[in-house]
Amino acid sequence: MEIPVLTNISFEIPEGEFLALMGPSGSGKTTILNLVAGIDRPTSGRVIVGGTDVTTLSESALAVWRASNIGFVFQFYNLMPVLTAIENVTLPLLLTKMNKKERAERAAFALEVVGLGDRIHHYPRQLSGGQEQRVAIARAIVSDPTLLVADEPTGDLDKKSAEDIMDLLERLNKEFRKTIIMVTHDPRAAEKAHIIRNLDKGELS
Amino acid sequence: MFILKLTFKNLLRHKLRSLLTMLGITIAVLLFGLIQTVISAWNAGVAASAANRLVVVHSVSFIFPLPLSYRPQIEKIPGVRTVSWANWFSGIYIDEKQFFARMAVDPDNYFAVFPEFVVPDSALAELRRQRNGAIIGAQIAKKYKLQVGDIMPMEGDIYPGHWEMKVVGIYHGRDKGTDESQMLFNWNYLDQTMVERQPGRAGRVGWYIVDIEDPGERARISAAIDNLFANSPAETKTQTEKEFQQSFVSMSSAILTAINIVSMVIIGVILLVLSNTMIMTARERFREYAVLKTLGFSGIHLVGLIGGESLFLACTGAAVGVALTFPISAGVEQGLPSGWFPVFNVEVLTIVLAAGAALLAGVVAALVPVARTLRMSIVDGLRQVG
Repeated sequence: MEIPVLTNISFEIPEGEFLALMGPSGSGKTTILNLVAGIDRPTSGRVIVGGTDVTTLSESALAVWRASNIGFVFQFYNLMPVLTAIENVTLPLLLTKMNKKERAERAAFALEVVGLGDRIHHYPRQLSGGQEQRVAIARAIVSDPTLLVADEPTGDLDKKSAEDIMDLLERLNKEFRKTIIMVTHDPRAAEKAHIIRNLDKGELS
Repeated sequence: MFILKLTFKNLLRHKLRSLLTMLGITIAVLLFGLIQTVISAWNAGVAASAANRLVVVHSVSFIFPLPLSYRPQIEKIPGVRTVSWANWFSGIYIDEKQFFARMAVDPDNYFAVFPEFVVPDSALAELRRQRNGAIIGAQIAKKYKLQVGDIMPMEGDIYPGHWEMKVVGIYHGRDKGTDESQMLFNWNYLDQTMVERQPGRAGRVGWYIVDIEDPGERARISAAIDNLFANSPAETKTQTEKEFQQSFVSMSSAILTAINIVSMVIIGVILLVLSNTMIMTARERFREYAVLKTLGFSGIHLVGLIGGESLFLACTGAAVGVALTFPISAGVEQGLPSGWFPVFNVEVLTIVLAAGAALLAGVVAALVPVARTLRMSIVDGLRQVG
């Protein structure tokens, strides 16, 4: 049986904006994020990101598009446990034509940006939750995507680490002009966003 | 390069599991290698048969002898180059547990018909000159520390009485597949002793070996030989050497088939061990594969990751198994009762089959996890709890 999650949803996000999507569990926040990021497909309708209708792209074209346009930040960081911080951050660059030296420099710079320049050879198990999330953010920005999507980026962190992560996202938005869409339950995290939209029972307000 | 690095790091994630999987494959490959070596050893006589040699035996059973007088008649058949003969002597050397082939052979032509037994000309001359001369294989010489000039005392069973053969030469095999564990002594010693002890058994040979010029003529020549002695008191049955050897192997064909089935089951075990590991591994990492897909990695990358891990486990396990097959098969050969398998070598084909089976298992074991991972949607993968 097909259960509709989102119906009659239509919204625009101007470039360089910071949008927070809020709403109760099961309201469809993550589904919207997945649709915008091109990791899920709508049964009907269109999703246009930066002028590209992602619903028309094939799986392989979508993978290429995601690699160059989208940076992902997950609630549970989703780092590769067997890779060091710098190796994790280098992952998206392996799909580019950069040589090894360029990749290493770029990944080290991304880790500097998130304040982990002294932790580049640490494995995820050797880092705190907040530091792991910083590595995940470095991985998200290393290929210089136009859009960052963050699914509950502070959901698994203590108050102090959550504040640090939100400050970092705010900085990325302001200094690096990254467009950010963030799903959150946390009103304090949402305060950092320029636009807050609420989703309830599949309807956006 | 990254795929290789990540594959290697993934292998070390559960060291004990990887080690046990490799160990399982190693043991399976080792068993497969040993079983195939036993089968090859069993068939060594067939494999060593020459296409240009025919064997003539009594039509009722090869245990009944044939008259020596058949020899000149067989030699006259067009296409026949040389005729030689032999008798199975058996006998007891040291004790009943010491088993190896002991045959009385025609001293003039036997070694010409079997060029794979390499003997110095001087030793052949001695064999013809010395009535009780014997040429022994290098394995026998080594095992019993025998040298030229030594006497080998025997107690006869088929041919009763005390016998003393004098070692006049040691033969070596032309290639690895040649049986070096036979004792071949001058047929005249057997025949002349029989004249003295049991005159009715003199002038009889166990079987003839007929060297023909053209192997393509074997059917015609076989028929000609058998026709020659049809309706005589000792009718003949002429076969190629290969058919003759196969008649011995076929007596144990059921055992060989069972052993072959066991070796196939072992291949199945390799596959199950590896499949189990790979399915568990992939299931634990679905979330990571989903993250890689999210970042833009394609199906080929994931196939490389999963397939690479499976192949690495299979190939490493197989390599160790193959490497161990040689010393362990040598140990098995030492442990077997004397003379069970005159030729017990690990053949190249056995190694190729073992390595091929492991490689195939590596590929097949990766199929299910690869298919599941490729089918998995990113959203489902990200929801997966590892």
